[in-house]
Amino acid sequence: MNGRREARSPWILHFDTGSCNGCDIEIWALLTPKYDVERFGMMNKGNPKHADILLVTGPVTKKCASRLKNLYEQMPDPKLVVACGDCASTGAPFVGCYNTCGGVDSVIPVDVYVPGCACRPEVLIDGVVMAVDKWREITGASSEGARS
Amino acid sequence: MIKERDEMSRTTIIPFGPQHPAFLEPLNLSLKLSEETVIGAEINYGYNHRGLEKALTSDFRRSIYMCERVCGICSFFHSTAYCQSLESLFQVQVPERARYIRTIMMESQRLTSHLLALGHTAEAIGFESLFMQLFRERESIMRMVNDISGNRVHYSMNAIGGVRRDISAQQRSDIVSRMDGLEVRFEELAKIFEKDPTIRARTVGKGVLTPEIARSYGVVGPVARASGIAQDLRETYCQGLSFRPVVREEGDAYARSMVRVEEILRSIDLIRQTASELPGGALNIPFRGRPTGETFTRLEAPRGELLYYVRAKGTTDLERIKIKTPAFVNVAALSAMVPGCEMADIPVITVSVDPCICCTER
Repeated sequence: MNGRREARSPWILHFDTGSCNGCDIEIWALLTPKYDVERFGMMNKGNPKHADILLVTGPVTKKCASRLKNLYEQMPDPKLVVACGDCASTGAPFVGCYNTCGGVDSVIPVDVYVPGCACRPEVLIDGVVMAVDKWREITGASSEGARS
Repeated sequence: MIKERDEMSRTTIIPFGPQHPAFLEPLNLSLKLSEETVIGAEINYGYNHRGLEKALTSDFRRSIYMCERVCGICSFFHSTAYCQSLESLFQVQVPERARYIRTIMMESQRLTSHLLALGHTAEAIGFESLFMQLFRERESIMRMVNDISGNRVHYSMNAIGGVRRDISAQQRSDIVSRMDGLEVRFEELAKIFEKDPTIRARTVGKGVLTPEIARSYGVVGPVARASGIAQDLRETYCQGLSFRPVVREEGDAYARSMVRVEEILRSIDLIRQTASELPGGALNIPFRGRPTGETFTRLEAPRGELLYYVRAKGTTDLERIKIKTPAFVNVAALSAMVPGCEMADIPVITVSVDPCICCTER
């Protein structure tokens, strides 16, 4: 774990809390040759205990709220949360639906908000790069060293 | 992990999901295992339920926007089914040009959806390079629909009575040339799916659904067609175009993937036909007043038959919308597919039915 921290490459966990899948498929598009976020040093992993950055999509449904909290608590510190898309950021357009609690920040603290319905991969890259910079700031890693 | 002592052997119940690397979406399977063999599965729904059927009844004009948000993978099918329902309530005949443009957009979305499903299957098998190649082809379709509609996921092209955006002559030739290029490149990838020993070893004979069980679960779409049930609503929708459904007999995960592979080639052909034969005329027909009455609409979505029921009583808000999505029946059939398989085959079998939880739970 320490070796990876020194390598300044945050790992990513993705969780869908009730999204329409639009932002999820754009996150998948990020991993593929056209956009390829691995060049920024981040990798998508399925294990919360290895993850540094949590990407959340969708308004938080009542059944998912406790699961989201559980996942967040399982992640080691320091950790960052990126709310991907309009509904993860604010709960819109599902505001007023009887089974949603609103945006992700109504359940766990959020560091970066990515707009768009569905958010475009270019904006998502901006969002995750912002999160990586923040994460490097917290861990004390210099971004120049990591990119060289 | 809960252990319980059975009469014959020890069985273990393993929770699979709601957060799992193999799943894009939250779905929970409680797998009952005896050693490494799965002997039963219980499917737990509800992680993605937002209450959209209620939300869709608020205003019939705004619901065109909302019904695209039922599902991001088949958004255009939802808005088309919704618009067709209201068109039949208003007794509006959609112009021929709009019907063709809808067909182009629907088949383009079917391409992105099937390429996603195949890529997801390759990823679940661990065939990373094939996943990347399929997604590269998918990205070219995403760019094409972005050029036509201005959006990548939710096209916002539909209106009650027709479509809102036109396809220019320049775009038509662009669509045809893109389809020609895609066909050549995809035929190479189709050969990998058909013949690669790794894919065959992981999918042939896994998660078999016999035609009888398939009928008893009422499965639809590629899952039904892979089990020898020849039903495809496009046969009636695509009148005037040459189309016949893809059917295979094996009923396993391999057959389901191969049905999607073949359907991609059929969709490419359909898009090329519609784009080159696009008739002239109006884009949409205006309607007056508020909807009254009730109606059923059926449409062949990428995962199978999508059904909309709309009841209105002459006010701005609708009385009831009922959506029956294809994934709802297909995911339920998983409980008939998994008994007898190995624990390690669960991701491949689950992905082979192409579960769409946001559709299923709305």
